[in-house]
Amino acid sequence: MKSGFFAGIANIWRNLPGKAKVGVWLFGFFVLAAVIGPEVAPYAPGAQTPLTQAAPSAQHWFGTTQTGQDVLSQVLTGIRLTLELALLVGVIVTVISVLVGVSSAYLGGVWDDVLSLITNVFLVIPALPLLIVLLGYLSDQGQTSTIVVLSLLGWPWGARVIRAQTLTIRGRDFIAASRETGEKTWRIIGFEVIPNEVSLIAASFVNTVLYAIGASVALAFVGLTNVTTWSLGTILYWAQNDSALQGGAWWWFVPAGLAVALIGTSLVLLNSGIDELGSPRLRATRGTARVAGHRIWPTDPTPVLAQLEAEPGRLGSFLHSFSRASVLQETSAGGNR
Amino acid sequence: MSYLIRRLAFYLVAAWVAITLNFFIPRAVPGNPAEIILSKYPDLTPSAYKALSQMIGGALQKGSLWSQYLHYWDNVFHFNFGTDLNQFPTPVSQILDQAIPWTLILVGTATVIAFALGTGLGILAGWRQGGALDRSLPVLMFFQAAPYFYVALLLVDFFAIQHHWLPAAQGFNGEVTSPGWTWSFISDALEHSILPAFTIVLTSVAGWMLQMRNVMITTISEDYVIAAQAKGLSNRRVVFTYAARNALLPQLQGFGLALGFVVSGALIMEIVFSYPGIGYLLLESVTNKDFPLMQAIFLVITFAVLVANLVVDLIIVFFDPRARAREAA
Amino acid sequence: MSPILEISDLSVAYRADGGDVHAVEHVSLTLNPGEVVGLCGESGSGKSTLAYGAMRLLRPPALITSGSVRYSGRRITSGGDPVDILTMSHRELHKIRWRETAIVFQSAMNALNPVLRIEDQILDGIRAHLKMPRHEAKEKAASLIDLVGIPRDRLRAYPHELSGGMRQRVMIAMALAADPEVVIMDEPTTALDVVVQRDILSQIVELKERLGFAVLFITHDLSLLLELADRIAVMYAGRLMETGAAQVLMRDPAHPYTEGLLNSFPSLRGPRRDLNGIPGVPPDLRDTKPGCPFIPRCGFATDACSSVDMSLEPVTGSVTARTADGRHLTACPIVSPEELREATEKARQARQVSKEASPEKAASQEGVRS
Repeated sequence: MKSGFFAGIANIWRNLPGKAKVGVWLFGFFVLAAVIGPEVAPYAPGAQTPLTQAAPSAQHWFGTTQTGQDVLSQVLTGIRLTLELALLVGVIVTVISVLVGVSSAYLGGVWDDVLSLITNVFLVIPALPLLIVLLGYLSDQGQTSTIVVLSLLGWPWGARVIRAQTLTIRGRDFIAASRETGEKTWRIIGFEVIPNEVSLIAASFVNTVLYAIGASVALAFVGLTNVTTWSLGTILYWAQNDSALQGGAWWWFVPAGLAVALIGTSLVLLNSGIDELGSPRLRATRGTARVAGHRIWPTDPTPVLAQLEAEPGRLGSFLHSFSRASVLQETSAGGNR
Repeated sequence: MSYLIRRLAFYLVAAWVAITLNFFIPRAVPGNPAEIILSKYPDLTPSAYKALSQMIGGALQKGSLWSQYLHYWDNVFHFNFGTDLNQFPTPVSQILDQAIPWTLILVGTATVIAFALGTGLGILAGWRQGGALDRSLPVLMFFQAAPYFYVALLLVDFFAIQHHWLPAAQGFNGEVTSPGWTWSFISDALEHSILPAFTIVLTSVAGWMLQMRNVMITTISEDYVIAAQAKGLSNRRVVFTYAARNALLPQLQGFGLALGFVVSGALIMEIVFSYPGIGYLLLESVTNKDFPLMQAIFLVITFAVLVANLVVDLIIVFFDPRARAREAA
Repeated sequence: MSPILEISDLSVAYRADGGDVHAVEHVSLTLNPGEVVGLCGESGSGKSTLAYGAMRLLRPPALITSGSVRYSGRRITSGGDPVDILTMSHRELHKIRWRETAIVFQSAMNALNPVLRIEDQILDGIRAHLKMPRHEAKEKAASLIDLVGIPRDRLRAYPHELSGGMRQRVMIAMALAADPEVVIMDEPTTALDVVVQRDILSQIVELKERLGFAVLFITHDLSLLLELADRIAVMYAGRLMETGAAQVLMRDPAHPYTEGLLNSFPSLRGPRRDLNGIPGVPPDLRDTKPGCPFIPRCGFATDACSSVDMSLEPVTGSVTARTADGRHLTACPIVSPEELREATEKARQARQVSKEASPEKAASQEGVRS
């Protein structure tokens, strides 16, 4: 069984498009930073030193803040906190959306109507203003309330998509067959339906993490979350508050935002890979624009091999001129063609 | 008519939920919002405080929960959002009136530009899959993944602080001109809107482009596009009248779904630029615990999104003959 | 009489990382003016790939790896040499597409643009190739609609507002918009019920008589072709198995695969007989083993079959091989028509015997088989 699992992972890896692999590596890097970062940080993130607003140096790789705090240590702590929060929200939201989406599609009837209505209503009401209002009323603005609030508003997207997919699967023959043979509903859902939606659930999870990062950073930036904890958004809040950019202290402002941007990009790349894995048509068209060294657009007529070979593509002939084969071609001494 | 009527009914339900949420949230959260106000605004007159309690609950609220709820509805229908706390006794609706046009013009225009540009680029990227445009997507994805305000502040830093080419903040320069239909005001306002608008477009274009590109790729492999090629139609007709026109429908639906996010991003943008729209106002109201204003802004934003959704639905029905058929059914 | 379309040695492959898929292998087929040629085979046999490949309508990763497709329509060649479609540029292809060779697609619902009115879609085809003012083009579109028997008021309709049969007729009208010489019909009636099917088929015949175009009729249903086609080509696993006049093929099939196909459908007339079908599945087109691809499913296979070179040769020993209406060719050098006929007869007698021996078993088997 174990070898099957690892073989399966290896298979998925092989089929991932290039950009998704970049995403995996990049995200892995940040996970690593989250895990070991705060341990290897040279200073405590809140520790003030007399070296205020100092440019990056050997002592402080990312420079210091207005109160002499080491920016690198803050960023490392921030990555961990932000990722922790985002992944936790991702898990909670994915669980909720799978529950709602699958049960809504599978049970149907009034249950479906009610759940769909709730889902759609919360989809259409804009999330950030509601988040702001909720946090505005909550006097305790700790991590927990942020997590709760983000989770409450994050599940409709996934639920809707999963419901649609479950409806399609439910209409398929093999489900009807399972029902005929008397398999219990929960078994059908757990062993037949959900395994067919794995790529969708994975994509939904990644999207939720993206949303959680973006929303939590935005909320922290405007000061609506606890400004004493060192999340990436809080760093930006303080940097903005103390006019870092205007004072020329770009090193204070840039790294945290860059970290958010890179984490976000890695997730988007990852997601595009999951998309292509799950959607055969996108996958089939990926990389097929190149035939025999030429790029073929969809509106081009079907290429004829003889003609393609007669005129190598520009890049193809350029590269070819470096190859040993072409060198051999040109020497009179031989080499076979 | 039935399709549009069903959509309208749905939006009415959503509006009802929003209003009800607005009513219940201050009463449901731990802590007592009314007390917070008392501590923040100690010179509030007793009658004002009573009116406030009626709105958000608290020690001095009168009547049962149900009667308060009805009373609240009554107020909403008359656009009576109470009086502002910060600028007491200015009515909230007045404050809103000043801020809404700024948001509408900036956010409205910038969003439409971003959508149109992104969709157009997406058509090209989907048609020329693997081409230069397609390969530029990861770069644009980066801009999309970066927090709106981050890109905004970097741009402000470059264009306004380091180079003084464009103004760094505000909707207009209060020392030089004042609101009115004068050229000096309008040109000043335009100048102030360039950077915010540009940031909104830059951070959202990639999303629209990616979505349209993916829809185009699926649409191009449809039989009717192959049939159009078999008919020997010009490339332009195949790509636009056959592929893009069909791909536009799911793209528009995506736009409707994303409106909430679009609005959210624009709010943050206003905050970053201290732009005098309702986004900026919302943040101020939260920081000042100015609950009446806060509630009112939430409702206004929500209603705007619902209306925008309805408009998108109308556009889709206009463009899709199948939806029109469902309409008539 | 020279052919209007001559496909020679055409091969189409789909490039993939795991190896090319050889969808069509060295197929040669001719179409004479005004003729109906039926192209028959199971799904996956490459018949559609052959037609679309010849018209260069296949998308990447499709690649044409050998052959030529020569077209001799007078409008293009002005009596000179035929032009090879495979060597044409995109601009030259525009002149040929629809004006000379048109296609009636399989699923009209999918092949019609959902957001355009029928009239506009027909006008598209007209105005892309015929220079005429708009009102004239509209009149032509209206007359085309008349031709296929649809009321004129349906012109302003959208595809989803029409019935399946009407949509297919619209496809035919659309195909005739620019007066083509060759019409390729890709399973035009498969998605329709039998009654509508009959209607459409007789319409096609009538139009062909009237307008004089040649038809390449692609289908998996051999029974349709026996009444409709002048000549039939049978395809399997990307290769031609047998070609010949329709009547000849029906009476004297020379290839075991054709024989199998003939035994796979009941005829409305004639004595009741046992249906067989062909056991097994078509081969994976990625690995092209040498020899005949039909070996695993063929009742007459011998060791010699795996070194057969799959070229079409005239059928020997067939009484009808010498008829004037098209040569009778087969890819199977092992079996002759008489041997096939004898073997089939023997098998039928054997089944008859076993049926008489145990009537109940035979009855239940019969029910299962057909």
